[in-house]
Amino acid sequence: MLRGDGGEDYWKRRVGKVIAKRKAAGPLYDEKAIRDLRQGVKQWERVLEAWSKGKAERKVFQTASAIPLKPLYTPADVKDLDYSETGFPGVYPYLRGVYPDMYRGRPWTMRMFSGFGTPEDTNRRLKLLLQRGETGLSIAFDMPTLYGYDCDHQKAHGEVGRCGVNVSSLKDMEAIFDGVPLDEVSTSMTINAPAAVLTCMYAAVGKKSGVPPAKLRGTVQADMLKEYIAQKEWVYPPEAHLRIMRDLMVFCTKEMPLWNYISISGYHIREAGSSAIQELAFTLADGFGYVELGKEAGLHVDEFAPRLSFFFNSTMDFFEEIAKFRAARRIWATVLREKYGAKDPRSLLMRFHTQTSGASLTWQQPLNNIVRTTIEALAGVLGGTQSLHTNSFDEAWALPTEKAVEVALRTQQIIAEETGVSSVVDPLGGSYYVEWLTEQMEEEAYKYFDRIESAGGILKAITSGYLQREIAENSYRLSKRAESGEDSVVGVNKYSVEEEEKPIETLKIDFKAQRRQIQRLKQVKKSRDSAKVRAALDKIARAYESERENSIYPMLEAVTAYGTLGEIIEVGRSAFGEWKEPIFL
Amino acid sequence: MTRKPRERKKIRILVAKPGLDGHDRGILVLARAFRDAGMEVIYSGLLPTPEQVARMAVDEDVDVVALSLLNGAHMTAFPRVKKLLGKMGGGEILVVGGGIIPEDDKPKLLKLGITGLYGPGTSLEEIIAHVKDRVRKERWKER
Repeated sequence: MLRGDGGEDYWKRRVGKVIAKRKAAGPLYDEKAIRDLRQGVKQWERVLEAWSKGKAERKVFQTASAIPLKPLYTPADVKDLDYSETGFPGVYPYLRGVYPDMYRGRPWTMRMFSGFGTPEDTNRRLKLLLQRGETGLSIAFDMPTLYGYDCDHQKAHGEVGRCGVNVSSLKDMEAIFDGVPLDEVSTSMTINAPAAVLTCMYAAVGKKSGVPPAKLRGTVQADMLKEYIAQKEWVYPPEAHLRIMRDLMVFCTKEMPLWNYISISGYHIREAGSSAIQELAFTLADGFGYVELGKEAGLHVDEFAPRLSFFFNSTMDFFEEIAKFRAARRIWATVLREKYGAKDPRSLLMRFHTQTSGASLTWQQPLNNIVRTTIEALAGVLGGTQSLHTNSFDEAWALPTEKAVEVALRTQQIIAEETGVSSVVDPLGGSYYVEWLTEQMEEEAYKYFDRIESAGGILKAITSGYLQREIAENSYRLSKRAESGEDSVVGVNKYSVEEEEKPIETLKIDFKAQRRQIQRLKQVKKSRDSAKVRAALDKIARAYESERENSIYPMLEAVTAYGTLGEIIEVGRSAFGEWKEPIFL
Repeated sequence: MTRKPRERKKIRILVAKPGLDGHDRGILVLARAFRDAGMEVIYSGLLPTPEQVARMAVDEDVDVVALSLLNGAHMTAFPRVKKLLGKMGGGEILVVGGGIIPEDDKPKLLKLGITGLYGPGTSLEEIIAHVKDRVRKERWKER
C-alpha cells in the first residue's frame, strides 16, 4: 500500500469477496422466510406509495457520503449476515468493540485538547482540567512549533501562541508540565513533523522529574501521510519524514514501550472536506502504509502494531458515522491478519480517539453548536471510541473560553452518566440499517484501497495529488449542496436571523506571549553549553546521512542539552530540503 | 464583432494563505467557486510569506487578492500583505479576507481597506458578489 504491491491484487480479491458475500444468503435467516419477507416489502411499498400520493417528493434521501437510502431496512437487506463475521466485543474481528465489557468496566477517556499562549498559560489550563476530573491530557501547539520554527524566527512573527502553545526548547516543556504527575497521566500531543523532537523533550522532562521513559504514557500524532493528504503541516519531502518516523518506531519499541508513536488520523482528512467513506479509506490506507514501514525497518508486525492507534472525526450524519467506526474495526483486524500476518490479538484490535467535527460548527447562532457536538459525541460513543474530545461551542469564533470548554466536557459526562448508553455494548448492533450501512462502508473502503493501490500506492497517490484532488472535489460538492439548500445547516441556510447581536464572549490571546517566549529562548541559549549542543546536532546530521543509524538517540541528546526545536529541524532541512505540494486545483 | 469593453473584462483574482497555515479547505472551495463564477483564478500554493503573496499579486497583475487564515495570525499577516502591495506598486489591488476572524478584529481590518472578513459557512454567492462588486466599483470604476 505504501509503495504499490507489485500486482499482488490483494485488494481486488478482497473487494470480490465482500461483494460475493453480500449477495449470498447467510446462515442466520431462512431463505424461504427472506422470500416471504421480500413479498411483504413489496406490499408495504404499495402502502407507502398510496400514503405519499399527492405529497410532493420532499428530497432525495442519501447519506452524507452520497450513499442512496431506502425508506426502510429489513432482514432482507442483511440476509448475508453471518454472526461468525460479526463476532463478540473483545474478540476478532472486533466489529462490536475492542474490549469485552466496553464502557461497563470504565467509560471512555475524556480527553480535551488544549493549549495556548505561553507554556505557563497552558500549564494552568491543564491543571484546571485535571482538577475537573478529566482523565487524559491533550496538548495543542502553535503554528511555529508545528512547522518546526523557533519563536524568534521571522516566519513565526505574529503566530506565537495564537492557536496552541509555543515550544521552542526543553525549557518550555518543563514549564508546561510543571507540577503535573507524569507517572499518573497520559499525555497526547498533537504534533506531526517535529513529533520525534517533542517525544524526546517529553522523555527528557520525565527523566528530570524521576519518571523513566519506559514508564511514560501518551501519544504523539506523528502521522505524516495525512499531513500531505489533508492537514498540510510538513517540513521535508515524504520519504524524509517517513525515515524519521521509522526511526521513532524503532526507538519507542525499545525505549518507550507505552508510548503511542503514531496516531493514524482521519480527523484532518475529514475536516479538509472528505466524505466518511474517504476518511475511512484514506486513514486505513495510511495505517497499512505504516505497517509496511515497520516491516521495512525489520520489526515483526506484532512488535509494533499493538502500539498503533487511530483518530477519527465524528460529524453530523449520525448513522453513517457509527457505521464508519464499526466497519473500520473489522477492516483493520481482517487485513492485519490476512495480509500482514499479525497474530497477537492486540495487533488486530483498532483503538481510536474521536473528536467532534470543528467544520460542523457555525459562527451563526453559536449555542446551536452545543447540540451538534452532543449528537456527534453520541455517535462516537455508540461507535465504540476509546477516548473523546468534544469541541466547544465558541470555536468558530476563536479558541474556546474556559466556560465553553467546561460545557463541552460536561456534555461527555452527561452522555456517560445520565443516558444509560454505556450499559450495553454496541447497542445498535443488529439494527438492519446500521448493519447494512456498515457493510456498505466496508465495501466502498475496499474499493478505494484497490484504486489507491492501482495508482501506485499511497506515496504516489500523494505526490500525484490524487488524494488531495479527491478531497477537494468532495469538499466543493458539499459546499454547493449547502449553498443550494440541499443540505440544511440550521442558523445558516435555514432559520437564520437577519441581524445577530454578538452573543458570546471569546478568548483573547495575550499578544505578549511572543515577547516572553523570545526572551526565554534568549536566556536558554545564553546559559546552555553550546559546544555540547553543536556536537549533538552534528550527530543528528550524521545519522541522517546513514540509513543504518537511528536519529532519535542523538536527538534526545540535543534536546537534553537545550538544543532548540528550530535548530534540530534545521539539520533536516539541510539534509533533506523542503516539500512543495503538487498543484492539484 | 466588437464587444463593449466591460464584456472583455474578466476578474483576475489571487487566492492566498500567507504564513504558517495549512487549513486549505475554504480557500480551495473558493478557488473553484471563483473559477465557476467566471474569474481567472491564481492560487498561491501553501505557506507563502506575505512578501511572496504581494509579489505574486503584482507580477500577475490581479484585480484582487483574497486572503484566508484560520490560525489566528490575520491581524499580522493581512495588514502586512496590504502594506507590501502598496510598497511594490500594487496599491490599487483590492484585498478581501476571511477565516476565523473575531468580531473585535474586524473594524481594524476594515479601516485598512481589507473587507469581506467572512467566517466559515458564509454563502459562496455572497462572497462572489462582494468581490465582483468591489472590482466593478473600485477597479473598473463602474457605477
